[in-house]
Order: sequence, then C-alpha cells, then structure tokens
Amino acid sequence: MSETFQEISPADFFYRNRDIAGFTNPSRAIYSTIRELVENSLDACEINGILPEIYIRISPEKEPTSDPSIYKIRIEDNGSGIPSNIIPSAFGQVLFGSKYKLRQTRGTFGLGGKMAVLYGQITTHGQAKIISSIGGPKSYEYTLTMDIQKNRPIVIKNKTHRNKSQWHGTIVEFTTEADYSRAMAKILDYLKQTAIVVPYANLTFVDPKGRFYKFDRATTLMPKPPTETIPHPHGIDIETLKRMIEATNSRTMKDFMKRHFQRVGESTARKFLEFADISYKRKPKNLTPEEIVKFVYAVKNYEGFLSPDATCLSPLGKELLNTGIKKELNPEFIAVHQRRPAAYSGYPFIVEVGVAYGGEIPKSAGILLYRFANRIPLLFDEASDISYKVTNDMMNWRHYRVLPDTPLAVFVHICSTKIPYKTVGKEFIADRPEVEHEVINALREVARHLSLYLSKKHHMEREKKRLDVFSKYLPKIARFSTKLAKKKKIPDVKKLMRSAARYAKEE
Amino acid sequence: MPRKSKKKQRKGAVKERKEKVISSLQNFGEKTYDQIVSGEFPWTNIPSRSINNIFYDEKLRQYILGDRSVKRTARNIRHIRPLTQLIWIGMFADELSRQSKTSTLRDVYYSAQAYEMSFTDQQESDNLITDLETVIGYSREDFNVFPEERSAIFGDLTVEYTLPGYEGNKLNLTSHPDGMMIGPALTSSELVNCKADKVIAIEKGGLFTRFIEEKVHTKHKALLIHTAGQAPRATRGFLKRLNRELKLPVYIFTDGDPWGMHIAMVIISGSANAAHLRDLNTPDAKWFGVWATDIVDYKLPSDQLTELDVKRLHELKKDPRYEGKLWKKEIDTFIKINKKAEQEAFSRYGLTYIVDEYLPAKLEIAESL
Repeated sequence: MSETFQEISPADFFYRNRDIAGFTNPSRAIYSTIRELVENSLDACEINGILPEIYIRISPEKEPTSDPSIYKIRIEDNGSGIPSNIIPSAFGQVLFGSKYKLRQTRGTFGLGGKMAVLYGQITTHGQAKIISSIGGPKSYEYTLTMDIQKNRPIVIKNKTHRNKSQWHGTIVEFTTEADYSRAMAKILDYLKQTAIVVPYANLTFVDPKGRFYKFDRATTLMPKPPTETIPHPHGIDIETLKRMIEATNSRTMKDFMKRHFQRVGESTARKFLEFADISYKRKPKNLTPEEIVKFVYAVKNYEGFLSPDATCLSPLGKELLNTGIKKELNPEFIAVHQRRPAAYSGYPFIVEVGVAYGGEIPKSAGILLYRFANRIPLLFDEASDISYKVTNDMMNWRHYRVLPDTPLAVFVHICSTKIPYKTVGKEFIADRPEVEHEVINALREVARHLSLYLSKKHHMEREKKRLDVFSKYLPKIARFSTKLAKKKKIPDVKKLMRSAARYAKEE
Repeated sequence: MPRKSKKKQRKGAVKERKEKVISSLQNFGEKTYDQIVSGEFPWTNIPSRSINNIFYDEKLRQYILGDRSVKRTARNIRHIRPLTQLIWIGMFADELSRQSKTSTLRDVYYSAQAYEMSFTDQQESDNLITDLETVIGYSREDFNVFPEERSAIFGDLTVEYTLPGYEGNKLNLTSHPDGMMIGPALTSSELVNCKADKVIAIEKGGLFTRFIEEKVHTKHKALLIHTAGQAPRATRGFLKRLNRELKLPVYIFTDGDPWGMHIAMVIISGSANAAHLRDLNTPDAKWFGVWATDIVDYKLPSDQLTELDVKRLHELKKDPRYEGKLWKKEIDTFIKINKKAEQEAFSRYGLTYIVDEYLPAKLEIAESL
C-alpha cells in the first residue's frame, strides 16, 4: 500500500492548525481577531512614530440572535498604510519571509491579521475589504478572498479613490463568526490593558449593542521605535546558520562572522574560530555539514562573546509606564522601575515593572497582576507565568508592609527581540532563570519605594490620630475640671494643642 | 446636758466626713484647672497600687501603699484618655455627693456615655473609680458610688437619716424581722441610740435568720450583721463605725475553712485591694468560729479539704496578717486534720444547739482573746 504525500501551503497549514494560533472557538476567536488587528495597527503606527488613532467596531451582521452569531468587524488606523501592490498579499497570502534580521515587534511574521481574515472567511464564506493609503494622492480599495490550498489572494474588486486629505492608514472590514457575549469581558480587559501599555494611543471601540468605549491618550510622548538588528551568535541554530551561509557573499569565515553577527569584531572572530577549530580563511559556502554542526556547537560553548546589544529594543520607559497606569487605574501611589538590559540565549531583553497602590485599585483577595510582553497585554494562563510565580511565591510582600488586603497592582513588561513564550499561544512567559532574576530584582526595587510610601503614610495617619485624641480629650479635661473646681470660665486649650502638634514633629 | 452634747458631736461625724470628701474632690479639680491655665499639660500623681508598693503596716494593722506613685499626664497619648475619665468621674462623684444621690458602679459606666466618655467595659470604669479613691483618699462609698451587693443588719440600734427627704427620721433596726439592708441611706445615718453591747457578723444568710429567730439579739444584746460572704466595703465601713463610735466589740462567725477565715481577716485587717483606703477595717474584731479545733472538739460533720483549700492555707500561712498565734494554730490544724466544716454543721445537734450551747461558749473564749 502506498501513501500519497501532498505538499500543503502555509495557509492550509494554519487552517488545519488554527487552534495553536488562538482561534479555538468562536469566543476565543473574536478575542484573537480584535487583538491581532489592533496589534497590527499599533505596529503600523509606531514604526513610523505616528501617534496611534484606532477605531474598532463590531456590529451584528444579521438580526441579533443567540451567540455564536455572525458579526462584521471593522478596524481603522492612521498607520503608515500599505503600498497598493502589496495589499492583496498582505491580507490574502500567508508569507514566510527569510528573516535573518531581528526586531522587537508585537506579532511574529504579521501572521495574526491574516489568521483573523482566514477565520472569517472559513466561518462565513465572506470577503475582506481593505482600504489603505500611504498618504499619497490616492487610496486603494480591494475586495478579496484567499485561496487556501494555493495560498494565493483572489482579488474580487479593486477600486482607486482620490485622497485629497492625504490620509494614511488602513481600514479592514470582514465578517466572522463570534461569541461576543462570552468574549466581551476579555475584549474590554484587553483594550484597557492596551491603554495602560500604549498610553499615547487613542482607542475607540463600538460594541455590537452600540456601546461606545473610549480610551484617550494621556501623552504625546512615544518610545523610540525598535530597530532591526543582526543575530547574536548565541541566538542561532543549524537551520538559521545554513540559510545565512546560503545568502552571504562573504569569502572568508572571519568576514562572515563580522558582517552577520552582532558585537563580533576582528579579534572576537579570530579567537572564536580558533576555539571552534575552523580556519578563518575558509569560505563559508564550502563548510561541510559536519563543520556547520561543529560551528553551532562551539557557539553554544564559547564564553568570549560580548553580551547581546540591547539598543535595538524599545522599552516603554518609566515615564510612559507611569502615565499608563495612572490614566487607567488612578491609584494613590505608583512606583516604576526599568532594569538594565539583560540577555538569554543570545536575545537581549529589558524588564520594566510598576506597582500601584490604593486609589481606584480594588481591594481583592490577592495582588492584581498585569503582564505585558512587547507592549501586548497577556490575559490568559496567568498562573503559569514567570511573573505570577515571582509576585505570588517569591516576593515577601509583608517585608514591604504589604498585607493580604492591601489594594495593590503589579505591572511587568518584558521587551525583547524574542519573547521567551512557553507555548505557541503566546500567553505566558517561560520560567527562565535570567528573566526571573530581572523580574524579582525589579519588583524588589519598586516594593522598596512602596514600603517607604506606606511607612510615611502610616506615620502621618498615626500622627493625625494622635492629634485627634488630643483635640478630643483636652477640651473635655478643661470642661470637667472647670466644673469640678467650681470655676466659671473654661480655660483655653489652644496653646496645649499647639504644643501637642509640635511634639509630633519632633518625634 | 452632757448626753445631748455627746449626741451632737456624734451627729457631726457623717456630715463632717462628707465635707472633707467634697473639698478633696474640689482640690483635685482646682489643681487640674490651674495646670491648664498656666499652659501645662494637666497631670496627677496616683500612688501606685502595684503589688510591690503594698506593705503591711503593723501599727495600723492593715495594708498600706508605699511611696511610689505613677504620674498620669495629658501629654502622654496613652494617658490622656484615662486622665480625662478620672476627671470626669471626679466631676460625677462631686455631683452625687452634693446632691446626696447614690449611684452604682453600673450607673457610672452608663452615665459616662452621655458625655461621650464611654468606657470600654465595666472593668475599666471600676478601675478608674479605684484611681479616684486613691487620688482623693476616700472610698467610693464616701462619694456615693456603691456596688450591687448588699448585706443586712438586725438589732436594737436607732439611726437617724441624713438623706434628703428623710432627714431627722429615726428608725430602730429591729423593725423588720428580715433585717435592714446596709445601703447608702443607712451608712449615711447618724447612730443615735444603741442598746446592744456587741456586734456579731455572720457569713451566711441561713444562720443570720436563725439567730434572729432564736433572739440572739436580746439573749446576747447583740447587733447581728449578715456579711453575705466577703463583706462589702460599705458593711466593713459600717462595722468600723459601730466599733469606733459606739465602742462595740465585733465578733465574726464564718464557715470553718480557709475562705471563711479570710472573710474574718478582711474585716479585721482589710484587703490588699483597699490598701489605698483607711477606716474600712476593724483591727479589734475577733473571729470566734468555726475554728479547725471546733471541728475536732465538737465532732462536727465535715468534708475533706480540696486541693485548692490546701493551697490557699499555705498562702495564708505566709500572709503577714496571719502572724497571730490563734491564726497559726488554726491554719496548722486545718492542714493536719485535712477537714473543713460549714456553719450549718451544728444542725446535727438540733436546730437550737448552735445558739444555746456553742455561741455562749465561743463568745466567752473570744472575749478573752
């Protein structure tokens, strides 16, 4: 019996494996759809330093019956826009670029947006409408579907509009099956948390019942956009190395190392190649498979490389994190901290944390934890996340005057060219010792500030209570003793009150 | 005429004491008032009632407080509330005394609430009343605050009320066969005429009634007092007056166990709790039974001592008030025979035996002590 083997297209692959991309069921799918589209829009704005204006609408496509039902999704952004010739493939074709370059982005490969459209197509047989302009005199409108098996966009309609106002941005509209009522809480939570971590964005959301949600920007300051970088030697594997060799035009291994790896110069390249027992004059394209393996093995064991360069990263920064927390949660006290860059397996990362106390932070059984990775809120599988472990199991909060009922929220943001997610679902950060170390040290730092604040507050409350006691009892003593002494005039205790306040300051 | 003058002198005793109490309270108020006027945080010294400041005074034959005192000042956040409460109680006591009204400890506790001066609990208010006693040197009964417990008196004594509305009314204390309650009206009365020549204080109500029925008050010319267990301070103060003003000897009759013995001792030598007060004990009073030796001599039905009884006896042995020969002997006998007996135990020999046989015999012995 012979089996038939069949090549499948990347689009087909994702169609068959949509669970892993977060499209498990109609409730999870609508959440993922919104999330992926919002993230694409934010990336499109930020890379070009544009203050994001994002409008999201979910409207019932037919008379509302019971969920799951068919909804129309519309999302508009003011990002840089997509050149007209690329629009069809940007939304109708799942692409793998030959990515030798690394950059801190929200999504990986821009896959999520396509999955959202693909899911809409397979659940509703609908088409997607894309309108985009890069700010030129014209804007372009495409109506298209995707040929899943062939991994090709099928353009159904194609219109050109005049763009007098030189608008730039992208509008995406399509129908999809969704269970909005079950996903509502998560979607709102997602938008609120996005507003925390992107405090310079205006987010507007109209839900299927016509309810209007608005998250206004609180600052026009934006973090410097991430830059592209070449890999660090510790970050490569055999497949990557093979592809790099295929693409390079370097003639010697020394030159290859200097040109394609970050923080490798003349001397590092020489020393390493000596360590790896590969001649620096050797031509990369002539390496044998055994030598490739030897090279990768040596890379993992060589300790002489400089640590990865973190200047390509785009952390939020203390000021923005503070602004975001303040605008969405309005707490009584905030402390934020940014760790110096660190690295794991050749990837640089930066941990930023915040702690917020009191104000509108609700009193709850535990500490509220907000997790972010590359400016994406992480909402699922909280208990498996490294930050959860650090916050709940490793921090001795009592040491910082935090009691079990203290209203407290903790914010952890990790940015990296490669976030160490544990699963494809991209919902929680793996238990990496390097990350754990950064998170706990950052939390200890903000907790120290919180502890100082709480101690000061406690002291002031105690002082107030103390003076309250004096102002309650001194007049009574005056009144009672006047009566007991058979005097007429009750003596003034103001002078005593003043000295009571003075002791408070002295103490 | 000489008789009248003696009567007049006696009549002043209650009033005079009352004036002293009121002026002492006013002094306390003035001191506090002047402190505030001079810009000082009000304060007062309270003689310490802690155990290491209580000493037994051989001459007074009672416990007294030593020299140590604690300063309670409004400058200290932990003191200001109790100090305010103390002054409030002073004010309240002053009102009671001037208006000749009485109040119970429970009343004081509730009255404070009208002045937003609530006490946390009864104990706190009771402690502060004791503080006031210590500061002014008079017992709470002197400023008309009484506990709930009451004891009773029966016998041929005529008193004259000083209580407003009853002033000048006279009453003979044989008027009511259940005995008369020793309450504020009685303790504030002048003692005008007495036909008795002794006082017998009795621990238990049953025996008190029996003694009245058997006419002990006429047979033995005695005033009978029911202490109802440990004698209330008002009763102890009244016993003292009977002893001092009327020169009547006082005899005490209790159960034959360490607890009964101690009821007698508190009447004689006072308690450590009242070390800050005077005139509550009657040093010349005599305890005539039930002794441990009586249990043996009269072959009384008895119970075995409990562990607690034995422990108490050993404590009493070390107590300076029990220095006397009689006490030592009785304590040792209790321990030796390991027995105790109640006053009612005499009923074994018939209901009247105790009055006809035991009492005369023991009174004779007691007189000779």
